[in-house]
Amino acid sequence: MSTSGLIVSGPEAPAPSARVRRTDWRVLLIGFFGLLTVLSVVEVITGDNSLVSSGQINAAVLAAVPIGLAALGGLWSERAGVVNIGLEGMMILGTWFGAWGALQFDNPWIGALVGVIGGALGGLLHAVATVTFGVDQIVSGVAIILLGTGITQFLSAAVFADMPGGGEIQSPPLPRMGTIPTGGLTDPLLTLERKDIFLVSDLAGVLYGLFTGMSQLTLVAILLVPFTWWVLWRTAFGLRLRSCGEHPVAAESLGVNVYYYKYVAVTISGALSGLGGAFLAIVMNNQYRDGQTAGRGFIGLAAMIFGNWRPAGLAGGAGLFGYMDAMRLRGGSAAVHALLLAFAIGLAIFAIWRYYKGSRTAAIASGVAAIGTYLVYASTDTVPQQFLYFAPHITTLIVLAMFSQHLRMPAADGRPYRRGEE
Amino acid sequence: MTTPDPSASASAAASPSAVELHGITKRFPGVVANRDIDIVVKHGQVHAIVGENGAGKSTLMKILYGMQRPDEGRIVVNGREAVFHTPADAIATGIGMVHQHFMLADNLTVLENVVLGSEPKGRLGRIDFDAARGRIKELSSTYGLDVDPDALLEELGVGDRQRVEIVKVLYRGARILILDEPTAVLVPHEVDELFDNLRDLKAEGLTVLFISHKLDEVLAVADEITVIRRGNTVATVHPGEVTARDLAELMVGSELPTPETRESTVTDEVVLDVQGLTLRTPDGRALLEDISFTIHSGEVLGIAGVEGNGQAELVESIMGMRHPAAGTIRLGDVDITGWSTRDRREAGIGYIPEDRQRHGLLLEAPLWENRMLGYQTVPPNERGGWIDRRGARTDTERIVGTYDVRTPGIDVAASSLSGGNQQKLVVGREMSGLSKVLIAAHPTRGVDVGAQAAIWDHLRAARAAGLAVLLISADLDELIGLSDTLQVILRGRLVASADPSTVTPEELGSAMTGAGDQP
Amino acid sequence: MNRWLSRDRLNRAVLALAAPLLAIVVSLVLTTLVLLLGGYSPSKTISVMVEAADRPRTQTQILNTATLYYLSAVAVAIGFRMNLFNIGVDGQYRLAALFAAAVGGAVSLPAPLHVFVTLLTAVLVGAMWAGIAAVLKVTRGVSEVISTIMLNFIATGLIAWLLNVDRLAVPVAGSNNIGTKPIPPSGQVPGISLISGSSVKVYGLIVLAIAVGIGYHIFLGRTRLGFDLRATGLSEHAAVASGVNVKRMVLLAMLLSGAVAGLVGMPELLGASFSYALNFPAGLGFTGIAIALIGRNRAVGMAVAALFWGFLDSAGNALDINRIPKEIVIILQGTIVLAVVIAYELVRRYRIAAEQRRVSRELATVPAAEEVPV
Repeated sequence: MSTSGLIVSGPEAPAPSARVRRTDWRVLLIGFFGLLTVLSVVEVITGDNSLVSSGQINAAVLAAVPIGLAALGGLWSERAGVVNIGLEGMMILGTWFGAWGALQFDNPWIGALVGVIGGALGGLLHAVATVTFGVDQIVSGVAIILLGTGITQFLSAAVFADMPGGGEIQSPPLPRMGTIPTGGLTDPLLTLERKDIFLVSDLAGVLYGLFTGMSQLTLVAILLVPFTWWVLWRTAFGLRLRSCGEHPVAAESLGVNVYYYKYVAVTISGALSGLGGAFLAIVMNNQYRDGQTAGRGFIGLAAMIFGNWRPAGLAGGAGLFGYMDAMRLRGGSAAVHALLLAFAIGLAIFAIWRYYKGSRTAAIASGVAAIGTYLVYASTDTVPQQFLYFAPHITTLIVLAMFSQHLRMPAADGRPYRRGEE
Repeated sequence: MTTPDPSASASAAASPSAVELHGITKRFPGVVANRDIDIVVKHGQVHAIVGENGAGKSTLMKILYGMQRPDEGRIVVNGREAVFHTPADAIATGIGMVHQHFMLADNLTVLENVVLGSEPKGRLGRIDFDAARGRIKELSSTYGLDVDPDALLEELGVGDRQRVEIVKVLYRGARILILDEPTAVLVPHEVDELFDNLRDLKAEGLTVLFISHKLDEVLAVADEITVIRRGNTVATVHPGEVTARDLAELMVGSELPTPETRESTVTDEVVLDVQGLTLRTPDGRALLEDISFTIHSGEVLGIAGVEGNGQAELVESIMGMRHPAAGTIRLGDVDITGWSTRDRREAGIGYIPEDRQRHGLLLEAPLWENRMLGYQTVPPNERGGWIDRRGARTDTERIVGTYDVRTPGIDVAASSLSGGNQQKLVVGREMSGLSKVLIAAHPTRGVDVGAQAAIWDHLRAARAAGLAVLLISADLDELIGLSDTLQVILRGRLVASADPSTVTPEELGSAMTGAGDQP
Repeated sequence: MNRWLSRDRLNRAVLALAAPLLAIVVSLVLTTLVLLLGGYSPSKTISVMVEAADRPRTQTQILNTATLYYLSAVAVAIGFRMNLFNIGVDGQYRLAALFAAAVGGAVSLPAPLHVFVTLLTAVLVGAMWAGIAAVLKVTRGVSEVISTIMLNFIATGLIAWLLNVDRLAVPVAGSNNIGTKPIPPSGQVPGISLISGSSVKVYGLIVLAIAVGIGYHIFLGRTRLGFDLRATGLSEHAAVASGVNVKRMVLLAMLLSGAVAGLVGMPELLGASFSYALNFPAGLGFTGIAIALIGRNRAVGMAVAALFWGFLDSAGNALDINRIPKEIVIILQGTIVLAVVIAYELVRRYRIAAEQRRVSRELATVPAAEEVPV
């Protein structure tokens, strides 16, 4: 990952040609259908139908949004060369300000807007500390998390405690955000899902879950992904911003005001995390609760890394972690147990692929892991409820362990920049 | 794309000179980098500016490019007086700079690198990629530069990258190009390609300022040469009127430090034996290819070469910081090929790194702690796992005294010392151990003349006492004067050896650039 | 030379204090603003806080909380000195405390040995948990920032699963609480009556905390390994050239950090609660980060910061009774942290530049940074 701290090189970084570069749509499509097939097979074997049920997918989309928005926030910041660990803090600010705004104006959209502003202020603070004062980026991020936690706890006790339905650590229920009507168009998919035909029903379920009952804010969040891609890779503003993260000295020599772009990027980063927080409070939990972010800011960063610092990949990462988060929220111990089997199969496929590509050690390691996972699956009936709690977090860890080596962060990411220094 | 002011080109047609510098003076604390510089560059000319390291060439070019402001003097571009606050101002008058260290982002494409900051825009701030691509291809063919706009920069080699840098400045409408040490990183056939490009540029009416210290190249391609020494313009000459020897004398004046060594102290005992050392990049490109040499006790082996031909990799391999694909390294009788850096140091390999601030010092730590760096596991710095403060401090005082490190005390941070004194500390430290071999990479780089002479004396004394030295340097006089044997490294191979007592700087220079090879 | 040295030392001391003082002043100003906006009296707030600290019982509590904070800060600081960010102290100390409590409750040994075994368990578990992140970083290049945070959550889940009557816990008599089997007297550490007039005693293991602080200082300043660690933190490149094996250092530093983290809960466990229950103190890991930052990773600095933080905590409780929102303390704490890191950076830059100028004045030479670029 992007750290401004110690950099330890693992096994030799792969040559440029071996590195993952541009997203190939065919690979994505194959991957998607492959994943669906594996899960369908597992559903048949275990008899657990909730792995790709419409309910699960619907919840997964919901859970993916705050993670994805945090990931987008991380992307904007790191593409300009600033590591933003404080996303969690900015998200926390977003949860509180989003709740407050929604209550104050009795309007979820204004709540979202206020949440954005709250997060943006946190981002601005991070920019001031790191860009102007040159504070270590990770230290500043940690300080902002502490500050954000403190401020929201204070404000919560001051404002929400006296409200009916609220308390010191939570807000009253918030006004609801509307969903996007599909007018019954998706109902046939539901019928198809209920028919329980292998793979076809599952696909129908996935599509139904994706498109039905989507919150309006979810749509906004989803649209922000291609919007980010367009701004950063297709406009002059975006090119200049990215150059600050790749080679700020070169950018400065061509007249790009590096400080300005870093400021803008980090503030937008905070704004996006704030939106994620507001979404969490308004749409997912319908209230502000102390500690409701539960590390999603960091999971978002992991999604960004998994996505190789690109919007498309990051969306995939958010989807994956959102899926695990949804599983946790829906309390599907049995489903997670079934997922173990899916994971074992996935590892086995991965091991075979690495073997053909010639990396013996990776293949053997994956193979052993596959067998180990299968044994755990076979010897247990279910996954304990408490383990479900950290399903997304351990997934993050495993994903990073497997993929960190092959990814490529912006070249000047995490390095402090001072004008005039070379 | 930015184009220069149209009225400027009108006056450009009228005035005979592209660039004039009059009375340029620039001071830094304690040093005058440029003093009363006077240069006139005519249109359509390749004008070379030569001088030693530290003569003030880079500062002058930074002033011309708007990266520094002169304290006195004026700049005239195309007949009009110009004041530059930032590089953008210089770019606006049609000046473009190709830096010695390329300013290119690996992760961006050629097109993105070229248009950055001057992007052609469509609606909503969208980049007009087609316009950019078209313009780049046009420039490419007009000037014979052959760049692919959609290639990712990290895939390009050095010669291609330089061409991208040239396209970058041409794209912004530069009519006056400044090239800072452009051939420093090129191999001979790439140098020829560059010179062809320069002739094409000249044919189209562009003006080129070419900064270099490679005298034979300058004579080959320049129309006029200005020599700078110690911040002053010494002379402006035509290549037909002078030889390399004349230029060298103008550059260096009569005060050339002559590090001549007379007696041979080379013994029969082989201290360092390197055989078949080969190092490759992950894609298989050779950084070092089959390097073999021996150094005896009391011998200085000098390695001459243009920067970037494998010297740094060689040094790091011997120190154990890089792991070669093949080859052996023996220290005396012992095969140390697989040893860690720490073990090698403890076995008696000293190291004066090329970049002292990055590899040789802890800038924020006091001097006495810096004395321990590299030797923290041996006396007098360490005893039984504990740091021997008194031992280290006493020894630091000794080094400060013996090596004349100018400092108020040993508790100041290393960052407070001047470059020369930092280097003296490093040299003193590395020659204090019971070293059998000393690897000295550019040991007097960035060091004032007095300190340089002192360091040479210390090296000679240590050599007389039996130390074996591997000397890497870009200073040919240093190499010739200090070495007992000389080898030349080119593209990762040792391609020639020379006798220091008979070889001349010019001969060595041609071996280093492969000028003697048939392409 | 000696005269010069002592002036230099005095200058350094002044500058070292300047940053936190500056930060505290700025934070006080901001907090005063917040209080005024909320309609509370700043002077009353301060007087309540100071009065509270005057009582012996409060002073004991300050010492006790400071002990825990200090251990946590040292754990974090070991990593910080090497540019490693161990944000996982929180998970490490809780997991370590759980296992230590379980072991302590299960065995029966003569007094000093019993305590020793319990402490050893804590140290080993803490080190192991941090070790996971270290191995991931060294072998797979995973950032320790993210991995330690993820491990925090995993630890929480594991603890919740283990703290169950089927596994490590037993019901606590007379409440809904469950906890590990209480540690018998042979495994308990008696308190010290350090402050006269106080009904509560100071944790006996404050001695351990002081020893850890001294050990930290000596290890980093006086041993070769400590030198290697500091060198890696100051300049990784120079450290590698000097022979340091960075991967080994990462492992060592993280393991040490985790080991000390394991001790964080011990004073409380062996001095007061004797069992790990649902209400075991939480969040000490993050406080440790704040204190390490404020104390600039120095043994004495962190001790002062820990005491100050303890003071602020107790002040919070006093404010609550006086109907001033105790969260104002949290705001103060948050702003101090941010202000301190900014102030330290500014002071650091000033100090380097000032020293360079002074040395060049004394010697009439040009410091390296200002030499003509060639």
